[in-house]
Formats: sequence, C-alpha cells, structure tokens
Amino acid sequence: MAPRSCALCNDARAILKRPKTGQQICKDCFFKVFETEVHNTITEANLFKPGDRVAIGASGGKDSTVLAYVMKTLNERYHYDLELFLLSIDEGITGYRDDSLETVKRNQEQYDMPLKILSYDELYGWTMDRIVSTIGKKNNCTFCGVFRRQALDRGATALHVDHIVTGHNADDIAETVLMNIMRGDIARLGRCTAICTKGEDTIRRSKPFKYAYEKEIVMYAYFKKLDYFSTECIYSPDAYRGHARAFLKDLEAARPSAIIDIIHSGEAFEVKEEIKATQKVQQTCKRCGYMSSNDLCKACTLLEGLERGMSAAVITDRARRKLEAEGPTPADLRTIPFFHPPTASASPAVEVESTA
Amino acid sequence: MTEAPTLNLKIEFGGGLELLFDNKRSHRVALPPPPPSDTQAAPTDINYLIQWMKDNLLRERAELFIENGTVRPGILVLVNDTDWELEGEGEYELKEGDEVVFISTLHGG
Ligand SMILES: [Zn+2]
Ligand SMILES: [Zn+2]
Repeated sequence: MAPRSCALCNDARAILKRPKTGQQICKDCFFKVFETEVHNTITEANLFKPGDRVAIGASGGKDSTVLAYVMKTLNERYHYDLELFLLSIDEGITGYRDDSLETVKRNQEQYDMPLKILSYDELYGWTMDRIVSTIGKKNNCTFCGVFRRQALDRGATALHVDHIVTGHNADDIAETVLMNIMRGDIARLGRCTAICTKGEDTIRRSKPFKYAYEKEIVMYAYFKKLDYFSTECIYSPDAYRGHARAFLKDLEAARPSAIIDIIHSGEAFEVKEEIKATQKVQQTCKRCGYMSSNDLCKACTLLEGLERGMSAAVITDRARRKLEAEGPTPADLRTIPFFHPPTASASPAVEVESTA
Repeated sequence: MTEAPTLNLKIEFGGGLELLFDNKRSHRVALPPPPPSDTQAAPTDINYLIQWMKDNLLRERAELFIENGTVRPGILVLVNDTDWELEGEGEYELKEGDEVVFISTLHGG
C-alpha cells in the first residue's frame, strides 16, 4: 500500500487517523491541531486571565501528564501569563500511588513546575490502605472520592491558586453523561458537561481536555515520549463505571463520533429549574469549615464513621441514625484541620516541595 | 505454493498492557507462518499475530487483551509507528522486521 500523505499539509506521511474527523494526518500536524484545539477550548470558554495561579491536578497518569505538558506549551506559546503548579493527592495506596507519585516528581523536574503533595494521612489521619483494611473493598471508592475532592481544594488553597485544571477527557465526560442517565441523576446530568464549575467560595475547576479524545491523548503522549504511569488502582473497580466505559468503547469502535455526540446530547438537555433547586444551599461545615450542604460536610461524616468504627453510617440513612443513637460525638474525636477558604486578597509566598 | 517464512518482529506494550505480558514492555518474537490449510494460504496478518500472542506470549487475563478475535476496544495499535487504522487494521500483512506497539487507553488518568 502506498503511504498516504497528510490531509492537512498534503506533504508528510500520515501516521494517525483522527477519531473525531476521520482525517489522516502527519505527526507535526497532529501535534499542532491537538494543541490548537485545546487552546481554542480554553479561549472560547475564557478559562483564564493573565496573572492567574493555576494548579494542575496531577496523578502521574496519561491525562494529567499530557495536560501539564500542553498547559506549559500553550502558556509559553500564547502568553497566557499563568503561574502553573502541580498538585498531587497521596491517597496512601502502596504499590499504586507511591509509584505514580514518583512519576509526578519527575514531571516536576521535566516541566519545571513547583509541586505540592497533600496526603490523606496528614489531612484525615487515614491512608486508603488503612481504610480498606478496616471497611473492606465495597464502599472504599465513596471515601476516596469525597476525601480527594476536599484534599484538592485544600491543597489548592495552600498554594493560593485561583483555579484547578484536571485531565478529564471527552471519553470521561461522555461516560459520566451515560452514568448520570443510567442512574437517573438529572441534576448531575445538567452539570456534568460544564467545562468549568465553581461553588460559592470554592476554587474554580475546569477541564481543558473536555473535547480531547482519549485516543489522541494517548497517541500524543506516545509520539512525544512523555513519561507517565499506568496501572489500575488496586482497590478500584467501580463496576458500574467499568461497564459504562466498556459500552462507550464498543460504541466508539463502531462510530468514533459517538463520544462527542454523547457530550453534545448532555449539553443539550435542559434541566428544569425545580430539579436544579434540589441542590441544597451551601453553608460551611460546623466542624471543619469546608463547604457543605449540611451541618457536617461529607468528609467529616465519613471520618467520624471511621473513627467510631461505624463506617456504614455514611452509606445508609438507617446506619446514620444508629450512629446518632449511639450518643454524641466524643470530644477527643480526630477531626480535619479547620479550613480557611481563600479570600480575594493578594497571594503570599507559599511553601512547595523543592526541586532538589 | 511456497511456504511463508518465519518473521522476526518487535512487539512493544504500553499503558499497563505489559502487566499481562510478563511485565516486559519490549519483546522480540519469531512468528511462525500460520498452519497451512487446504483451501488457501492463511495470511500472516495482525489478526493472526494477536491470536498467536494470546497462545504464546500472554501470561494472564486474556479477556483484557483480546475480544472477538481482535484487540479489546480501547487498545491502540501502531505498526512501525503508524496508527493501524491507516494500515488495514487486523488485515495488515506483516513483514520481516516490523515493529508492532499495543497501548491500553483504559488505565486511569
Ligand atoms: Zn501534515
Ligand atoms: Zn467538615
């Protein structure tokens, strides 16, 4: 077979078929269109303004590694004038997170970005290893998800950043749309395709890879020879998400535009105001000061369940009532350090891990 | 009918797939020709290579690699650093010295 030439420059040999368009393109054009599309996503959504301090949620995996590389490239090429940081959460999973954090530490040097690592152990006094050995593998993803969200916000506050960007890609978002439909979670369905979310006093979070296909992210990492870590979390399998992902990959194999079509469907849903209104008013947690829709935030509730040996308390209402019936919270209970939400004032110098 | 020769190939794994293959990212293999059949010569293509790898190289959990006679959706394949979708996918006929890369996209980001 004669080698095909690139559909964009009509010159170099094509090396990749774009899932989004079916175009056959060469390596240089691929780098250029991939980066330019992320740049367009960023500028069309007005994600940043000059001088912003932006933390890249870095796991050492493919998406956040490519994101760090592309953010650095675009920041220099288009003069975004951003201060970029790497922010990693150490969940305390031996043989998984400790290895992937080594990758993030190499990224810190390769990309010359300050790195902050915040661990569940220092924040909550529990590693995921200890949580799983206590509660088993059934609900551990609930704990991990709640703990990670708050840890990221607290890490970002410590870095005095305005914004966290995460590596969620088009496949991830399409998968979330499907899962929210399958669970009937219409309020979340209305929110999950938003490129940028912001709570009352939370730090902005956005997804510059919202329209980037996983295939292209992996190909980009491969052709750029980027250093990333890839192993499944040893505690994970969120079976339901696994099925949604397998289903999505089957759809994509039959028709590659399925991913972007599902995102567009998610964006087009008009969620009724009364459904949106079921989101409770935000207040701050009485115990730790973090944003919450109840007296206690989810992390404090989970932590109290762990500390009192009644971790099921957070999963079902019945167990929750049992916890309350067991009497008041002991005075010496381990709690999360009090959270002081970011203010609009000037950012002081912060401590980050040195490159040395 | 001349018999197809044994092909020397380089196989590489990425994205966590190496875990299924003895945790080795790079393998050099000598791929024997497919067994002769009386109807017609079976092609030494990537579909045949995938089956051969399953029988000779794969150490565990075949279902994470192979599905319906081809790689599981979500696994990218490159032949000599080109997306196999440009090369006829499983029907690409292998040549001596070819380099085939398999990368899983399914592992966390
Ligand atoms: Zn080109
Ligand atoms: Zn709290």
